[in-house]
Amino acid sequence: MAATTITARVVAAPRASRGLWRDALGRLRRNRPAMFGLLLIALFVTTAILAPVIAPYGPTEGKLLPHPLPPGGAHLFGTDKLGRDEFSRVLYGAQISLYVGVVSVILGLIMGGVVGAVAGAVGGKVDAVLMRVVDVLLAIPGILLAIGIVAWLDRGLIQIMLAVAVTNAPIFARLLRGSLLALREADFVTAARSIGATGPRILLRHMLPNALTPLIVAATLALATAIIDVAGLGFLGLGPPDPRTAEWGTMLTDARSFLQAAPWLLLFPGAAISISAIGFNLLGDGLRESLDPRLKR
Amino acid sequence: MVKYIVRRLIGAIPVLFGLSIVLFAFVHLLPGDPSRSILGQHATPESIARIRENLGLDKPLYEQYVRYLGQLLHGDLGASIITGAPVANDFAARFPGTIELTVAALVFAAGVGFPLGRLSARHNQTAIDGGVTVISLLGISIPIFVLGLTLQYIFGAQLHWLPTSGRIDPRIGFTAPSNFYLVDSLVARRFDVFADAVRHLILPAIALGSIPLAIITRITRAAVLDVANEDYVRTARAKGLSERRVDDRHIMRNAWLPVTTVVGLQVGGLLAGAVITETVFAWSGVGKWVVDAIGDRDYFIIQSSILIFALIFLVVNLLVDIGYAYLNPRIRYS
Repeated sequence: MAATTITARVVAAPRASRGLWRDALGRLRRNRPAMFGLLLIALFVTTAILAPVIAPYGPTEGKLLPHPLPPGGAHLFGTDKLGRDEFSRVLYGAQISLYVGVVSVILGLIMGGVVGAVAGAVGGKVDAVLMRVVDVLLAIPGILLAIGIVAWLDRGLIQIMLAVAVTNAPIFARLLRGSLLALREADFVTAARSIGATGPRILLRHMLPNALTPLIVAATLALATAIIDVAGLGFLGLGPPDPRTAEWGTMLTDARSFLQAAPWLLLFPGAAISISAIGFNLLGDGLRESLDPRLKR
Repeated sequence: MVKYIVRRLIGAIPVLFGLSIVLFAFVHLLPGDPSRSILGQHATPESIARIRENLGLDKPLYEQYVRYLGQLLHGDLGASIITGAPVANDFAARFPGTIELTVAALVFAAGVGFPLGRLSARHNQTAIDGGVTVISLLGISIPIFVLGLTLQYIFGAQLHWLPTSGRIDPRIGFTAPSNFYLVDSLVARRFDVFADAVRHLILPAIALGSIPLAIITRITRAAVLDVANEDYVRTARAKGLSERRVDDRHIMRNAWLPVTTVVGLQVGGLLAGAVITETVFAWSGVGKWVVDAIGDRDYFIIQSSILIFALIFLVVNLLVDIGYAYLNPRIRYS
């Protein structure tokens, strides 16, 4: 009898101390593509933060040239037609992409999270109405919705954030609602209810923490899309109102007219957008695998 | 089955209704006055009032909405504020361009993605699998406009292999009655025109198809791996069937069900991507038209085209769901 108890303790102790998150973190660390993604993200974030330190020139500093200068010499990535240093502009562009991307995803998480939480927790008619609204928003192609919102609210960074947030919000809302609905019948929720926990407490303390994992994955992947969408708006001429701003999408619009003569104007901003998106996509996939080990084969 | 379809059709009505309200509100809350866009800066107050009366803009909002809804139900999408041309006509003239582009992109995506995913699953955890994974990662991560411009640079500016803008060479002097260049040229037996239209289609279709290609590759790989672990596959192998027969009869038949669903679900993304692709490749389709309309604040074009895009999206999703329910009876009853 005594021997059985001891064995049980030995097995139980390390499991109890590790927990879901530490477990997931361990799996994530061993996921090489995800770690590479994290490296790319670190590069992107460092670039954004240290742009004023690293950049040899200001983002709008330059003088009119007869033609863009090719990479080399004083200009690592060459210059655009206004003689502005492309390397410095790509560095400063990271600031806008990071700032707008992160804020818009957080904003989308808040909007979608509130709608999804209310729909999933209250249920019934409220759920039905909210989900119809979500259906309406999902029926409009994403970038078209974003274009419409920027056109409606006029150009500006806040408007772009709002536009990208609104295109993401319905996806988050639906995801959170789905997890909450599945959790409503879970035994631990019934248990919490039976010991007299109030509705908000059950939602915030018991259901939400367990519904977060798909949302974390979706938000990471949404960062990749957000960076692409922000650049897409810039490319369509709906970027920051000041045309001199170093924004990757806007820079690509300028590259179009010099495609033959100055391909470096396409290469560097294009690579910057793609590398940032690759980073977030790799990390998002890695998070999905490590947070839900059943997916891993 | 009929019951299921009817239930889904009824479910789509409130979405469309809600959409019409959202779009109506959206367009009427836009800053700026359409009568000013028509008349320009130096309009007199009288002429503005006249235009507003003609467009019905002087009526209360709910009255304008009821009028708009009535027109919609009669198939009247309003007229362009700038040119006065009926929106429905302009849309019909440009929509074939978008259809040809999205269908070509989808054919490319499925035609390449499906075999790639299968290849990757068959060589699971090898260098081939790794290579395919990298391709699909790049497909998802490289934006359409970056890929589009890169293709233009490589195959247009450098190699001069393919045209990089427009749907057809204007010097060829061919008028397509239905605006479906591929169909019209074949009907007219102008194979030179057909070849030229195909050449114009290749680069935009690849740019637009890159994201669905990546998604289809991933899903196919996952679906094949999923089925390959099933007991009945092991049974099929155990009873001595050839590997090829196991693949065709036991794995693929079950794996293509989730794949078809995903292929159908790409249509929404393709329509959104078409907006950017058409802008990059100066492709005369609905997407470029909408972007131009937003610049001109041409309200009715924005309103109607988004409504039609959403309608197409809903119809396609419905068809995908119905197809899925038909193939997989378990869905119908839940």
